[in-house]
Amino acid sequence: MAKLTGAEILIRSLKEEGVTHVFGYPGGAIIPLTDKLYGEKSLIFHLTRHEQGAAHAADGYARATGKTGVCIATSGPGATNLVTGIATAHMDSIPMVAITGQVKSALIGNDAFQEADMVGITRPITKHNYLVKDVRDLARVVKEAFHIASTGRPGPVLIDLPVDVQLQEAEFKYPKTVALKGYKPTYKGHIGQIKKIAKAIQKSKRPVIYAGGGIIHSGADKELARFARKANIPVTMTLMGLGGFPGDDPLSLGMLGMHGTAYANHAVQASDLLIAIGARFDDRVTGRVDAFAPDAVVVHVDIDPASVSKNVRVDIPVIGDATEILKELNKLVKKGDYIEWHEMIAGWKRELPLKYQEDDRLRPQYVVEQLYELTKDKDVIIATEVGQNQMWAAQHFTYTRPRTWLSSGGLGTMGYGLPAAIGAQIGKPDSIVFDIAGDGSIQMNIQELALAVMEKIPVKIIILNNGYLGMVRQWQELFYDKRYAFTVLSEDNCTMCPDFVKLAESYGAKGIRVNKKADVKKALKAALKEQGPVIVDFIVEREENVFPMVPAGESISNMLHGLA
Amino acid sequence: MQKFVLSVLVENKFGVLTRVAGLFSARGYNIGSLAVGETEDPGISRMTIVVEADEKILEQIKKQLNKLIDVLRVQDLTGGEHVGRELILIKVKAEDIKAREKIVQVVDSTGGEIVDIGKKALTVEESGDEHRIRALIELLRPYGILEIVRTGKIAMQSEA
Repeated sequence: MAKLTGAEILIRSLKEEGVTHVFGYPGGAIIPLTDKLYGEKSLIFHLTRHEQGAAHAADGYARATGKTGVCIATSGPGATNLVTGIATAHMDSIPMVAITGQVKSALIGNDAFQEADMVGITRPITKHNYLVKDVRDLARVVKEAFHIASTGRPGPVLIDLPVDVQLQEAEFKYPKTVALKGYKPTYKGHIGQIKKIAKAIQKSKRPVIYAGGGIIHSGADKELARFARKANIPVTMTLMGLGGFPGDDPLSLGMLGMHGTAYANHAVQASDLLIAIGARFDDRVTGRVDAFAPDAVVVHVDIDPASVSKNVRVDIPVIGDATEILKELNKLVKKGDYIEWHEMIAGWKRELPLKYQEDDRLRPQYVVEQLYELTKDKDVIIATEVGQNQMWAAQHFTYTRPRTWLSSGGLGTMGYGLPAAIGAQIGKPDSIVFDIAGDGSIQMNIQELALAVMEKIPVKIIILNNGYLGMVRQWQELFYDKRYAFTVLSEDNCTMCPDFVKLAESYGAKGIRVNKKADVKKALKAALKEQGPVIVDFIVEREENVFPMVPAGESISNMLHGLA
Repeated sequence: MQKFVLSVLVENKFGVLTRVAGLFSARGYNIGSLAVGETEDPGISRMTIVVEADEKILEQIKKQLNKLIDVLRVQDLTGGEHVGRELILIKVKAEDIKAREKIVQVVDSTGGEIVDIGKKALTVEESGDEHRIRALIELLRPYGILEIVRTGKIAMQSEA
């Protein structure tokens, strides 16, 4: 058998895994690999302008397509720049394989030029990681990495590859199977436990389904809809779960938690049965844990045993894949009515809808609503940054399909949205991809606009520009006596810094500014028509707040409503 | 807080100890002791970990350990019958003949052994369960303990 170099083996292995796009940035310790990728037609390298952008683009690609995203960086600073992106993927259980160059094997541990201990650095933020010391292990390691990243509870896996291993030669034979004695995720749920859920549903008078990102990862959206409709149980979703159940379905309660809808939070608090599926009782969801769903029997369906009873006492745990378990449950569950319960919820929906002041001022919620109205019949994907922009995008846009909502939930990474939108657009060339951003977070990875322009990736960036780091400013307004410590981005001698329209133009993209409410629709329509990337800079009400809001550490019953 | 003894089978691979130790530090779990060595299968090592935790945290520790790819099996030996042993070396002050004689008597009576004799100190070796080790330390303390080295507990489930 002919021998291949490590770089060639890696490329062949990526192809075996069906990889067609990688996101990365070159450097000294990864040249042998990028050299072999040069000119590749079926495995395209997308040059981001910062390694963090590469990791988020791979993540956005993965969230939009369901495939494993791949990012590549050189050793040392290149690799450490991936860290935030890897941690983002880890917190949100996103399948990703990160490949980093490493200094020559003989130099490892010598504080060599551009050396960093990546296996050590990424150990707590990866599902698993590898340092490949022998080229003969490489194909097996890649096989294992993709298997681990994409199965069970998905997550990122890092492969650190010394530059000399990329050049060493070995025979290439891609393994057909993996042999990992210590890794066997459970997919089938325990049938006895599933029967217990069915019984609990029959006994319940006020059930609620609490659906998380696991619905999306598992592809369980159809089974979930069947379950909810058959049993007639209302569904609330976590930030990660948006799109897992149609937001326009009468059974949908929208999002719960710190900035959830009032009716979702009241329903959870009043429930006598809470059915958590692929969710992990994050503190932003539960608020004060001991006051969370106090009267409910808690069911928890999750593929990760460690998520069960970690934060909240669970009465009926079922370990396994959400789709498999819902399929079984759908066989057992009977038609429910819960008339009084639905009336109660309808009352909350009437009295406490999501709302904001509707006047002639340009308010960020209005922009998001109009974007939804204009695109609801189209194949659209929304990525977001982190902060107020993210919460308004979660609240005022209605997500009806999985993988159309890409947002950094667990880690809350500012700068996620633009590169994620680019990755999503590459994976879904026929979709319309928006990044809903704030003027703070867009600046964290604005450099990726260059990639969008160079590769003609028509992402559309909506900046809800209030000249503040708005979410922190909101906390300062409410809990710190309006002391806006270091959250002011726009001041007298810096009112437009940067000027996002000029900035877009300087990258060769289109820039549009909107100052008036009356111009919102026109600008959004223009953005939709634009063939290339575009920034629409909406100069919005500066001190608009996100409501409802549960102050940190309080019960989710105690919402601040702003306008109420 | 209670002490629990976990017996953890892991792949005998580079970096496994860091993964386990890192898990404990990242999640704020307390390690009482940790002993590791090869098993009858050179590809597999066994870690005996004594943890201080309550039942809820113990449950999380076991689940989190099981999530590590290189961890093959986690066994909680605390409740069931098991044999636990630890090896200890104690350097104890012995400057005059009288003290030396007394120390020798103590060591003889506990089944320990004197493994090194210096001009001013004796080194005592003892292996046994926790009680035995603790008893020896207390018996030697009045003479002046200069240094202690302990392996940490190793444990094995009893044959039924």
